[in-house]
Amino acid sequence: MKALAHEHATDVSSAVRAVASSPDAAFLAGGSNLVDHLKLGVTAPSRLVDITRLPLDTIEETDDGGLRIGATVRNSDLAAHAVVRERYPVMARALLAGASGQIRNQATTGGNLLQRTRCVYFQDITTPCNKRQPGSGCSAREGYGHDNAILGASPECVTVHPSDFAVSLSVLDATVVTAGPHGERRFPYAELHRLPGEHPERDTTLERGELITAIELPPLAREIRSTYHKVRDRASYAFALVSVAAAVEMDGPRLADVRVAWGGVAHRPWRAHRLEETLRGQEPTPKAIRAALDAELEAADPTSQAAFKVPMVRRTTAMVLRDLTDGRTR
Amino acid sequence: METSITLTVDGAERRVDVDHRTTLLDALRDRLGVTSPKKGCDHGQCGSCTVLLDGRRHLTCLTLAIAQDGAEITTAAGLADGDDLHPVQQQFLDQDGYQCGYCTPGQVCSAVGMLEEVKQGRPSHVTEDLTGDIELTDEEVRERMSGNLCRCGAYPNIVAAIREAAR
Repeated sequence: MKALAHEHATDVSSAVRAVASSPDAAFLAGGSNLVDHLKLGVTAPSRLVDITRLPLDTIEETDDGGLRIGATVRNSDLAAHAVVRERYPVMARALLAGASGQIRNQATTGGNLLQRTRCVYFQDITTPCNKRQPGSGCSAREGYGHDNAILGASPECVTVHPSDFAVSLSVLDATVVTAGPHGERRFPYAELHRLPGEHPERDTTLERGELITAIELPPLAREIRSTYHKVRDRASYAFALVSVAAAVEMDGPRLADVRVAWGGVAHRPWRAHRLEETLRGQEPTPKAIRAALDAELEAADPTSQAAFKVPMVRRTTAMVLRDLTDGRTR
Repeated sequence: METSITLTVDGAERRVDVDHRTTLLDALRDRLGVTSPKKGCDHGQCGSCTVLLDGRRHLTCLTLAIAQDGAEITTAAGLADGDDLHPVQQQFLDQDGYQCGYCTPGQVCSAVGMLEEVKQGRPSHVTEDLTGDIELTDEEVRERMSGNLCRCGAYPNIVAAIREAAR
């Protein structure tokens, strides 16, 4: 590990300036992913700007009935918050499906979103990886590919985003609030994470020094039922093979609204827009759900070892939609 | 680069100069001689380095000591009240909740922190009703303790020890 300066930031704007002005600086929040990367040599900043003492650790109800979540709120505290448990079960369930009890006490709201892929080649600095070292090649496309993407991959990168929490933000149509070198910015969560394209080294659309300060959730009508279901290689403490976040609103036997996002299948949480368009206004019969899944997965192009994820995400989505539309959320 | 930090460890205030790269685990074990938290994987995957940090269960291998300046740390060695073991420690003995013992200090700290979370009514991944009361079943204990591995496989007795301690 390279010699390292560490400072506790005292206000947001100086933290932003510190990282924006130095190509070798990085924000440090909970550190559960970054400290591991320092040890592994995946990243080697010379200066850490620690944001954990900034006043960004509160959860507040907003005037419109939504929720504003500070960037340094710990994942465990967010999942345990009374409003989250009652009104945003999809988010509580996604958070509780992630990591372990200890890590949820450490990991923050912003840090969870900015964690990097767990692709074994990204974390092994002796192997080529375009995300870690642009232009070096992708080892996962021909190598160990059990965790690879099935949608939206590029020749340069076939990895998936590891966060469960992010998948829930996708169906909740959350807003990201940032402070950056050019001031404050608010934008839909859908614009935060990107597909790899030719630049897999960039996970997000944030610019250097831009700091997530809060996540805002719009109100979720009481009629909307939502949940999160994660499938993994073992019962607990593992990343998703596939996961499904869904929210539905019924109008009699029909779906007045349906929102679905998938984890474990792409470089970012995959909002299933074509599936939603196909199902909206329909009765959620097995046949209608199959047709909607066909529409969404037409573009699936899995590498051979990840081909199992296509039927897995189909069956998991069908099960989740059946349970939600039957009124059995879990 | 070194900085002097203060940690309160099992009730005693300790001052130590740490290189900024030092993890909290290495500061405790190598600099302060506090060997109760164990180094297993050193990558946050096994839980053997778990302590109570400002009252909550926390890994020490994935955090820098400098970032925890001023923290209050309780290790498994600091849980007993004189000769009276903490109920969780006593139940690990009574229920034979270990074999080699290497993961045990982390298991014990994690269990103490976890039982406090249950007392606060915090749900887990396997809790059916997110807003209801929590019944501490075997399934709940296993899910909540999934961040602590035991390579001897003493899991059934660890679950029994934690359930007994929770009575």
